[in-house]
This record gives sequence, C-alpha cells and structure tokens, in this order.
Amino acid sequence: MAFAHAGTATASKPGRAGMRIPYLLLLPGLLWLLLFFVLPLINLAETSTKTPIAGGETGAYEQTFRLQNYVDAFSENSAQFSRSFIYALLATVLALAISYPLAYAIAFKSGKYKNILLVLVIAPFFTSFLLRTIAWKQILGEEGPVISILRTFHLIGADTSITATALAVITGMTYNFLPFMTLPIYASLERIDPRLMEASGDLYANGLTTFRRVTFPLSMPGVVAGTLLTFIPAAGDYVNAQILGNPTTKMIGNVIDSRFFRIVDYPTAAALSFTLMAAILILITVYIRRAGTDELI
Amino acid sequence: MANHPDAAKTGDLKLSSITKSFGDFLAVDDLDLVIPKGSFFALLGPSGCGKTTTLRMIAGLEEPTSGKIYLGDTDLTDTKSYRRPVNTVFQNYALFPHLTIFENVAFGLRRRGIKEVKESVEKVLALVELAHLRDRKPTQLSGGQQQRIAVARAIVNRPALLLLDEPLGALDLKLRRQMQIELKWIQTEVGITFVHVTHDQEEAMTMADTIAVMNEGRIEQLGSPADLYENPKTAFVANFLGQSNFIKGTVESTSGADQFVNLQGTRIAIPAARNSSTHKSLLVGIRPEKFRIHNVGDATTGNKLEGGVVTDISFVGVSTQYQVEMPWKQELMIFEQNDGGAPNLRKGDAVTLSWEPHFTFALDGDEDVKSGLAGVDGE
Ligand SMILES: Nc1ncnc2c1ncn2[C@@H]1O[C@H](COP(=O)(O)OP(=O)(O)OP(=O)(O)O)[C@@H](O)[C@H]1O
Ligand SMILES: [Mg+2]
Repeated sequence: MAFAHAGTATASKPGRAGMRIPYLLLLPGLLWLLLFFVLPLINLAETSTKTPIAGGETGAYEQTFRLQNYVDAFSENSAQFSRSFIYALLATVLALAISYPLAYAIAFKSGKYKNILLVLVIAPFFTSFLLRTIAWKQILGEEGPVISILRTFHLIGADTSITATALAVITGMTYNFLPFMTLPIYASLERIDPRLMEASGDLYANGLTTFRRVTFPLSMPGVVAGTLLTFIPAAGDYVNAQILGNPTTKMIGNVIDSRFFRIVDYPTAAALSFTLMAAILILITVYIRRAGTDELI
Repeated sequence: MANHPDAAKTGDLKLSSITKSFGDFLAVDDLDLVIPKGSFFALLGPSGCGKTTTLRMIAGLEEPTSGKIYLGDTDLTDTKSYRRPVNTVFQNYALFPHLTIFENVAFGLRRRGIKEVKESVEKVLALVELAHLRDRKPTQLSGGQQQRIAVARAIVNRPALLLLDEPLGALDLKLRRQMQIELKWIQTEVGITFVHVTHDQEEAMTMADTIAVMNEGRIEQLGSPADLYENPKTAFVANFLGQSNFIKGTVESTSGADQFVNLQGTRIAIPAARNSSTHKSLLVGIRPEKFRIHNVGDATTGNKLEGGVVTDISFVGVSTQYQVEMPWKQELMIFEQNDGGAPNLRKGDAVTLSWEPHFTFALDGDEDVKSGLAGVDGE
C-alpha cells in the first residue's frame, strides 16, 4: 500500500529512454517473482492433480489431471480449514485490540520515548520465530508466571493448564504477529496531520468523536495493512499449533506440513495449499472492498 | 446570514494580560487586547512574533500560562475548544482528506446535532461559489478552492468569532488579492467578527478595520490602517508598515499645538500631537511620498529642507523614486507621482525638499531606526 506511488516519480521524465526506466527498475523484482513465485506455483498446480503410480513406491506420482484431489483434500480437512480461519481471525482481532492503543500511544503520547518504544516493538524479531514460540510455551507452562498468577487469584482451578490448548495457540499467534499489526497502524497514525484533530476539536467534536470521525478513518490504511499482515500468515501458520497446541488444535498448515514431509502425499498437500491460497484471496478481496481503503490516499 | 443567532449573546473579545511561555521562552508577553464585535481585526507582525500562539489561545487549542479570555461577559479561559463559539481557518486549511467537500462543510453542524444541514451547507457553498464541487475530495481542489472551503467550513457554524491564520499565505499574488476582496465581502455579508493573522502589511491594510501590530509577543501599536500609517508610535511600526525617512532632530520650542524642531540646522514645524516622545532629541519621520521635490529657488509651502543633491532616479510607472543626498550626508527617499507636478531632474541636480507639517511624525531619539525592517523584506 505504501509503495503504490513509487512508480510515478520516474514516469515524468520525457523521452524514449525515460519511458524505459520504470520497466528497467521493475525488472529485478519481476525476475525474482518469476523464479521464486510463479515457477514454483506452476509446479505446485501441476503436482496438485497427480495421482500415485499404481504399484509404484511411496512418493511416486503421475499426472492424471485429477481435479477430484481438491474435493477430497477439502472434505477430509474441512475442520482444520475452518479452525485455521477462526484461530487466525481471533488472533487478528486480539492483535488489533492490543496494537491499536499501543500504536496510538507511541504515535501521539510517547514524546521523547517514541524511538525506544518502536525498538521495543521490533525487539522480538531479533530472536527467531521458533525460539519465541517455545519461550511462549514456557511463559504459559506449569512453572510460568501466567498460570501462577491466574491460580493465585483463583481464576482457574489447580488442575487447569493453558499449554496444549486452543487458547495457547491463539495467544501465541497474537504475540508472534503483534509487530506486523502495530507498525503499519503506527505508520498511518504518525502520518496524520495533528492539525486535522485540532480542526475537528475546533468544529465542536470532543475527543471521542474526533477519534471516531477523523483519527480512526484516517488510520484505516494501517489497520487494513496490519490485519492483512497478521491474518494471512496466521491462517497458514503451523508452528504455533505444533508447539503450543494439541492434536485437536491442528490447523491447515499442520496438515500440509505432515502431508508434504511425513506422508509424502504431495498432490493432497499441493491441493490444500491452493485451496488455502484461494480462500485467503477471496476473503481478502471481500475485506478490502468492505473496508473501502482504496478511497483513502 | 447577517443576524447570527449566537452573536447576540456575545460581545467583544477581550484578552486580559495573556501570557504564554514555552519553557523559558515568552511567546506572548502580557498581552491586553479588545476586539470589537463585528469588526475585521488584523494581527500583523513578523514571523515568530506570537500571532499563531495568540490565535490558538483564543481558539482553545493552547492554554495560556496566565491571563484571561472573555467573550462579552463570558470567561472562556477554561472552556474546551469544542465548546467555544469560535471557528478557525487554519494556516494549511486542515480540510479532512477522507471526507467530501459537502461533509467537510457539514462537519461542525453535524457535531452540534443541527437540523437542516443540507440547506445550510448548500447556502454557504453558494456563498463561496463552489456548490458544484460538493462531491469532490479536498485533494481534488486547487489551493484557492481549498481556501474558500476552509472559510465555508468555519462560517457555516456562524461562530461569534472567526479566526484566520494566514489563510492566504499559500496563494499566488493575484489569487491572494482576489481572495482578500472576497473575504472582506464575506465578512460584511455574514457580520461575524474576523480576526485575521498575517505578516503581509498590505493585506492587513486593505482588509482590516483595526490592526494590531505585534512584535516579540507584545502589541506595539493598535489602530486603524490610516492611523498606524500616518502616525506610527515606534520605529518598528513605521518600518513594518511602509517606508520612512528618519532624520535626527531636537525640540526647540512648543507653542500651542505646534512644536518647532531643529532638523539638522533647519527649523521645521510639526503638530505636537504627532510627537509620541517626551524627549528633547527626536527621530523625525517623513514618508517618501509626502516629500515634494523642487528646483532650487522655486516657491514652496510648509517645511523646507535645502541643499539636497539627486543621487539616483528610478522610474516605476505610476511614480518616480529619487534618492537625494542631504548636506549632513544622509540619503533620503522621495516618491513623486508622475502627474507632471515634479520638475524634470537628472542625477547631480541640486534640489529643495518640502512637505506639509501634518505629514510629519516624531519618535524618541533613541528608537532603533532599523527596527522592523526585516518584516518589509520578508514578503
Ligand atoms: N509548541 C511550541 N514549543 C516551543 N516554542 C514554540 C511553540 N509554538 C511556538 N513556539 C515559539 O513561539 C514563538 C511564536 O510562535 P508563533 O507560531 O505564534 O509565531 P507566528 O507569529 O505565528 O509566526 P509566523 O508568522 O511565522 O507563523 C516562536 O518563536 C516559536 O518558535
Ligand atoms: Mg503563524
């Protein structure tokens, strides 16, 4: 979204050489996309309609253009599909609820601590995703602070635990994707001219109304970007469910993972990947339409 | 629109010993000011003198460090900005980019839950002649159009007071002149008190009934444009509004309404009312266009200075500007209308200068002659 205007600056240079420059600049990116996205995608599409060679060893498949693969893949794993989307949605909503106030505070109320706070938001990135998730397991675990606090206040019984539950998976994803939500929202809040809020106050809007009518609508590009950056990877995530979940919290990512690497059932894994991609694309298209961010500059 | 409903309940705006400091920097320094209801009032001053800060305190966007703000008899000092019957046209317009022009203008009305939004908005859009742009977004408007929408968005609320912070600063000269006339017309039309901030002296003079000249957080002088121009009380005001020749002199005697001053050896008369100093040593100010230029020996009236030599002549269409060097080695500037009244002169000619005594003003001899000059170049 933030890159949308990048191309126009070079386009104004007249002359034939000038006309070619934007395309030349695009070239490395296009090549990259072709090599590491388009070609694998074609390969994946091709794999998804294969069937096992009769009497062949495991992992040997031939192309039979069997579209039924998709139907089978989906019907066998519809529970994991819906779970993926529900978990991703919950994680996105939670992340939004935590990130928006955080981003707002950093953008408008942090004064000289702004940069330190921003670094703190990104700081978790300095360790690996896997490590962070394992750490999260410790935090939620039997010896961890969360359980002991909850038990002290008798909010949960002595034999209830959080690890290996849906809650652990969802909170794990929320935590892992928090910076992806916070940074775009911060960026769009930061861009808002504070005089617009003053103008709103000048025009009889109190603080809350100013937020509802001016600040929030103007931060929508950040909210949309943040929710997409959280929801998309969350829907396809399998690390959180693997480390923090149990067999009943398996997400579609876990299924694809096990089909590819354990059962070597490439066609089903490929068909699942495509179905996931299509589902996400459809959801996002509907979402962006409804959010109406294309109207915002 | 002339009979504004709220205006009846309000009155003059009074700032009483308003001070604003940022840290240990005094942006506005113990300012007292009365802005009469219904007037077009200009706050004029160089960059950084505290104009915007003053305006923001009136709007409620900035809290005074000390002092009080009254509108009529109501104390507004602690009233939140969204509760004040005051609207602002911001320096950069601050139109809401996510709303249409119509919704921008309707914003204040909707917040107050006023009925007949459509009617009022259409009326004010017609007033600024932009009704056809109601469905556009602010970014799709030219600078001048945005400026008019900013005015419309404010006056549609019929505030008791409209604050304008250099609303024409971003426009080119031609458009600015046109908008000055339009704003003045709108003000007469709606009858709201306008407080107009500018650092353009010409703008202030053409638009305002009353001008307050501000300098370093204080009001230097307040008065009608003509009064400020003809009778400045400080060198700053004299220099900030137009150009002046300052000549050092000493008071010789006073008789009734007249004072006689020794001006570098020549005795001249000035009206005592035009001398804002009580000191003996004076700075006598004469605007360049008040001088008349003569060949030596020609008959003159009023005050007279002899022994000048023309050192430079430049023709600027409606007038001719002369530089004349006086016997005490001071260069004076003289503007003469090109109406055939002035003699035909060339560089090096000896001349006599004359002017009417009531066109003279006098300041304290220790005033800084250069004070306020940056403001003139600033434009
Ligand atoms: N928030 C602030 N913090 C510190 N100093 C400030 C602040 N706002 C204004 N000032 C200072 O106060 C002084 C007056 O500022 P102000 O904006 O009122 O000037 P101005 O007369 O409107 O100037 P201009 O014509 O350039 O707009 C300036 O020296 C400015 O640096
Ligand atoms: Mg200003």
